[in-house]
Amino acid sequence: MQGKKNEKEVPGKEVDIKSYKSGAEEKPYMEDLRKISPDQRKNMLSSGVDPSQRGRSGTYIQMDHSVVHSKSLYPGLEVMSITEARKKHKWVDNYFWKILSVDADEFTKQAELQPHQGYFLRAEPGVKAIYPLQACLFINENNIIQNVHNIIIVEEGADVQIITGCATASDVKRGLHIGVSEFFVKKGAKLTFTMIHDWAEDVSVRPRTAALVEEGGTFLSNYICLKPVKNLQMYPKAELVGRGAMARYNSILFAHPGAHLDVGSRVILKSEDSRAEIISRVISGGGDIIARGHLKGEARRIKAHLECRGLMMREEGLIHAIPELEGSIKDIDLSHEAAVGKIAKDEIEYLMARGLSQSEAQVAIVRGFLDTTIMGLPSELQKVVDDAISACEQEAF
Amino acid sequence: MLRIENLTVSVSGKEVLTDINLEIKKGERLAVLGPNGSGKTSLLMAVMGFSGYKITRGNIIFKGKQINGLSIDERARLGMGIILQRPPTIRGIRLRQIVDIIKHNDFDTDKEAEGFNLKGFLDRDVNLGFSGGEIKRSELFQLLASSPELSFFDEPESGVDLENIILVGKVMNQILNKNKDNAALIITHTGYIFKYVKADKGCVLLDGKILCFGDPERILEEVTKYGYEGCVTCRGKKMKRKSRVKK
Repeated sequence: MQGKKNEKEVPGKEVDIKSYKSGAEEKPYMEDLRKISPDQRKNMLSSGVDPSQRGRSGTYIQMDHSVVHSKSLYPGLEVMSITEARKKHKWVDNYFWKILSVDADEFTKQAELQPHQGYFLRAEPGVKAIYPLQACLFINENNIIQNVHNIIIVEEGADVQIITGCATASDVKRGLHIGVSEFFVKKGAKLTFTMIHDWAEDVSVRPRTAALVEEGGTFLSNYICLKPVKNLQMYPKAELVGRGAMARYNSILFAHPGAHLDVGSRVILKSEDSRAEIISRVISGGGDIIARGHLKGEARRIKAHLECRGLMMREEGLIHAIPELEGSIKDIDLSHEAAVGKIAKDEIEYLMARGLSQSEAQVAIVRGFLDTTIMGLPSELQKVVDDAISACEQEAF
Repeated sequence: MLRIENLTVSVSGKEVLTDINLEIKKGERLAVLGPNGSGKTSLLMAVMGFSGYKITRGNIIFKGKQINGLSIDERARLGMGIILQRPPTIRGIRLRQIVDIIKHNDFDTDKEAEGFNLKGFLDRDVNLGFSGGEIKRSELFQLLASSPELSFFDEPESGVDLENIILVGKVMNQILNKNKDNAALIITHTGYIFKYVKADKGCVLLDGKILCFGDPERILEEVTKYGYEGCVTCRGKKMKRKSRVKK
């Protein structure tokens, strides 16, 4: 009998944690964000974080291992480093490793054993902020490891939008980012969380994320990764533990040549009448993408749908869609659809018959494929995403 | 405006059109009648330049220029436009986006869409979940926005209910009357559309060959009476007559 291949427990390409520098130079706190260098500002902006704070309710910026800014501009919203939060509120400790396991893998262990800050964002009960909070995790030094642990709490009846941008300085080539994030969406609360990754070509990324959504709560997670990154693996999970809770994951990914993206979303519907949707649009421009999705229905009258569409732009590269549905009782409704292919010729020719050139038609189709209107992004963030998509289109053709 | 000379076309190696000759002058409307599978759609697709329709012989001349080797968009930009019977769905591309790209400056998208009962469709993905009638209206709406000099109508009445046929006819006239030189090639197997849109001449296409030219309504009458099979017999008689004369 043929022996089974030795499969790794943790998917994604291997990362040698020891090959990165664990220390980083201390960066000074900046009360005035105008002091941020033009280069850093540019990189932050392309990840959706605006240092001018126009149209924002608060800002957290971390460079390497130092918190350089943290401030709330809206009453009822707390923005601070995780260290400060643990000092300020003793109860924050109760949220640590509550929905993620510290010994899940080498990266969670690393985040616990060698923590480099992270953010604490909280909306007090009933607070509905008009403008989003923003948080930036920035790698400024080459070849370092950045381990953060973030806690986000949206208390009962609150409604908040959060933009998280992860970026690197222009001269950073290599690095490792480990981001542990635990989200708590309480009864009747709503969180719209948009994460934009704008890494460098040789950066490895290991987010470890989980969300707990209570009765009537809504968790909307948007993930955008269109810029080059070497090696990204994540499989965030939401647990719907209250009646009528809802979670939706939207992801758009572009794999540049040589990139390896192993990205999925998982929702466990534990309560009656809860709903979930996982939607991903992935494009291989020569790199590899493993697009996972997992819906698990454990309660009556739940409804969930998973949709993964992949476009292959070149002869090289890979898209491997792995949708999973798991139901353990009757009276549930789980569905999925997945498709991987090239741009359909009849679609291109249809637009050409309207007078668009072949390349204009291809660009329009790719842009339509990466439709982000469903994400409900604020207008200026939409512009950032549109620009990133335009840059991708240049790369794609 | 359009001259087709000895055009022979094959699809996947199989000849679907043989030695087609036809001409459409400025301001003229030519109807091509024929049963399903006779090669009517292939004729439009080949003239518009869609892939898969390989020209093995002959020429297509548009506005005095041979266009055999031009791409679809080059032909569209020269002044050709088409409504397709089964256009593809394109996710993420709204009908409005296409219209915005192709429309003439004086085209008021929202106002015109109202007349087409298409207001609610402008911001939907093009053709996604559209019914047969909605697809037809959307296709005609796009054609009106771009207002080509030569329009190709592929079975404009198919899949459309009575109420919509009237609208389809109205819009076709609107497109064609926009400029006195505007011309059309209308493909139909039922001929219902002639009630609303007048064609100047007609021809019958059968098994990839043009059998005869004539008055379109007259041809339709004959076809209604004797079926397309009648055309074959008629053609056969003519040929026999011709051969007798020769003798």
